Amino acid sequence: MDRIPILRMGEFLLVTIQVDMHDQLALTLQDDLTAQITRTGARGVLIDISSLDVVDSFIGRMLGSIASMARLMNAETVVVGMQPSVAITLVELGLTLHGIRTALDVEKGMALLRASAAGRRRA
Amino acid sequence: MAVSLTHLPRILERHGDALLADWIREQLQAKSRTGAIKEGELREQCAEFLRLLREATAKGGTSDVSRPEFEPLRELLANVSRSRGVQGFSPSETAKFVFSFKRPLFMRLREELGRDAVALADETWAVTELLDELGLLTTETYQKTREAVIARQQEEMLELSTPVVKLWDGILALPMIGTLDSNRTQVVMETLLEKIVETGSEVAIIDITGVPTVDTLVAQHLMKTVAAARLMGAECIISGIRPAIAQTIVHLAIDLGNVITKANLADAFKTALDKRGMAQVPGR
Repeated sequence: MDRIPILRMGEFLLVTIQVDMHDQLALTLQDDLTAQITRTGARGVLIDISSLDVVDSFIGRMLGSIASMARLMNAETVVVGMQPSVAITLVELGLTLHGIRTALDVEKGMALLRASAAGRRRA
Repeated sequence: MAVSLTHLPRILERHGDALLADWIREQLQAKSRTGAIKEGELREQCAEFLRLLREATAKGGTSDVSRPEFEPLRELLANVSRSRGVQGFSPSETAKFVFSFKRPLFMRLREELGRDAVALADETWAVTELLDELGLLTTETYQKTREAVIARQQEEMLELSTPVVKLWDGILALPMIGTLDSNRTQVVMETLLEKIVETGSEVAIIDITGVPTVDTLVAQHLMKTVAAARLMGAECIISGIRPAIAQTIVHLAIDLGNVITKANLADAFKTALDKRGMAQVPGR
């Protein structure tokens, strides 16, 4: 069974979704990611969905719940590279993903994670 | 009926030139805007019409203009009314092109068939029906031409009214002008989001100075655009909130949520620069 790879970069986890998401894959990702956060003690999760062209309400909701789960485990989630069509679809579906942080590309997302991690360390 | 049908092509054949002259005189007298169309062009159109009418009626009779024999004639009429529609003629002026032909034609019919009352009545009826059909055809084409013009203008307006401009590195501005409906918001949203990807901008300023009224629907459209931009990782600032609009928003209890709003574009731009971490030279 195929899985979405989760890469570790310092104290952050990097997930790049490059295949069409189906429901089982999304659930597996949810399991894997939460397990990885515990194992590595990651402070941030970066999900790159720039090659995702189509979303449905399930995937949208899944992104939201991954973020909530990660926050419970003291890691912040940033979703980067959302396509315009995907953004429009999610808004039309009423899924505005409150509580998720977003960035235009991986670089900006990483900067965001680093800044917030630095802020938390200072606090 | 078949017998009476033979009269029209014959009359057209015999009195062609006289009919043409009478018809043109009729049109030139009746027309209020004689200058709009040249006499030479009119003469050409009329002569062509007579020729095609003669051919069509000789082969296809007068009862049905949808027959294939009338194809060239229908095409000519379509062309004439289309060009007149574009030139700005009114629908009745366009239809008169055909209807003004009745008087000269009926005069000839009376001269030819004056002694046979039944034949004259039959022929007059058949010709009236035929010309009415043709007249309606011109009006229909005229209408279609005008509708095409309106559709094209609407499209142009849609394109014109949604420019996305780059103000600074990483800052986009979207000056909205005119009433927002769902159709336009869709276009606005798409162009803005595409531009955000294209330029990698993190801040987009939506300026609604040119939007005359804001109601719940417009506010909802704005919120959708802001939400979509946020999902992509760009932040939106809404600027150009006039006093009247601020009052309406509060009276309608519209919740703009945590969207940053500013009174004018300059303030919004300043905020955007701050967000990008760019210091400004103070007190200029």
